[in-house]
Amino acid sequence: MCDECGCGLPGEKPVGVSAHHHDHDHEHKHGPGDHHGHDHPHPHTHPHAHPHSHEEPEHEHVHAADNEPHRTIDVRRAILEKNDRLAERNRGFFRARGLLVLNFLSSPGSGKTTFIRESVRKLAPELKAGIIVGDLATDNDAQRLRESGAPVVQITTGTVCHLEAEMVGRALQRLDLAGLNLLIIENVGNLVCPASYDLGEDLRIVLLSVTEGEDKPLKYPPMFQSADVVIITKMDLAQACGYDRDAALANIRRVAPKARIFETSAKTAQGLDTWREYLLQQQQARKALDPLSR
Amino acid sequence: MHELSIMQSALSLALDQARQAGASRVHTIRLRIGALSGVVPDALEFAFEVLAPGTLAEGAKLAIEHVPARFWCAACTREFQSDDMFAECPDCHRLSGELRAGREMELASLEID
Repeated sequence: MCDECGCGLPGEKPVGVSAHHHDHDHEHKHGPGDHHGHDHPHPHTHPHAHPHSHEEPEHEHVHAADNEPHRTIDVRRAILEKNDRLAERNRGFFRARGLLVLNFLSSPGSGKTTFIRESVRKLAPELKAGIIVGDLATDNDAQRLRESGAPVVQITTGTVCHLEAEMVGRALQRLDLAGLNLLIIENVGNLVCPASYDLGEDLRIVLLSVTEGEDKPLKYPPMFQSADVVIITKMDLAQACGYDRDAALANIRRVAPKARIFETSAKTAQGLDTWREYLLQQQQARKALDPLSR
Repeated sequence: MHELSIMQSALSLALDQARQAGASRVHTIRLRIGALSGVVPDALEFAFEVLAPGTLAEGAKLAIEHVPARFWCAACTREFQSDDMFAECPDCHRLSGELRAGREMELASLEID
């Protein structure tokens, strides 16, 4: 449960530097008849009580005569602007380091950890990965991931149901990035909340296992819609669980038409070569964009 | 699921803004929440009732504007609104990969005294 999701992490005051919101925090004092270019949703129907002593029937809708008119402050700022800002800071750090960064998201049990472990083995030596893994508790996943040979940092979030940019920023301080060109972030297993939090990643990877039901993308559109890549896992179990491939692909495309889809099995290594090729291309493409490496 | 923390962020942003404007009381907090934001308005309302007491926003109205998902159809060269969060153009039935609106989670404005 996310009731405890106390993500109001203490920190600095917003400074209004974010790619995701309009910097529009000046205040408007609305006197009667004032009008400027902004479109204020201010219909003058205030449901709260006014301390009026007189009883003119129209008065509550006519603020011109009100001695204490409410002021409207135009704010228009992203609620998660602090996270967005820290995510941009992470992104700048990753770019400067030449790291390709993947944010892995899925429901619990869809095979993130096993898929990542097998991927990392397959990706070496061209792509050398470091891993940050988030869970509510235990470092079991970190231990399993270390079998891949990659450096791993575990974030235990306590009761928080998703990773935030700030947690990733802190985890980076514990990860030796020397010689790495790929950073894999395994988010907390949850198909809802992590969709809202940018971590500074290059690609958002959403996993769907064949055992979960083909209609999962339709049930959780926000998560799948945000995916750059959808990886279907546990293809080795497809027959045993009556997996309907056409339906699954159609459902993914309906919600995430632009996402690249990979059909994989960590157990049989199905699809891992194609996945590897894709990541190498992505890494090369980013390198080409970096003026410092040309 | 994570609405309590989202509301906490929204409220602290709202209270900061209200204090900077010298407010003695917040009457209305207006949010814009997109269909694809992953946030449930009812859960925000509940979280607000839990969090607002004891602040300048105690007793304030939480007004949530729903922002529907809008996609761009390249074939029809027009934007369309999606009422079910899916990206299918109602005219040509092609799927659009270009989301134009619907992920908003925004503190739009405040009414204060």
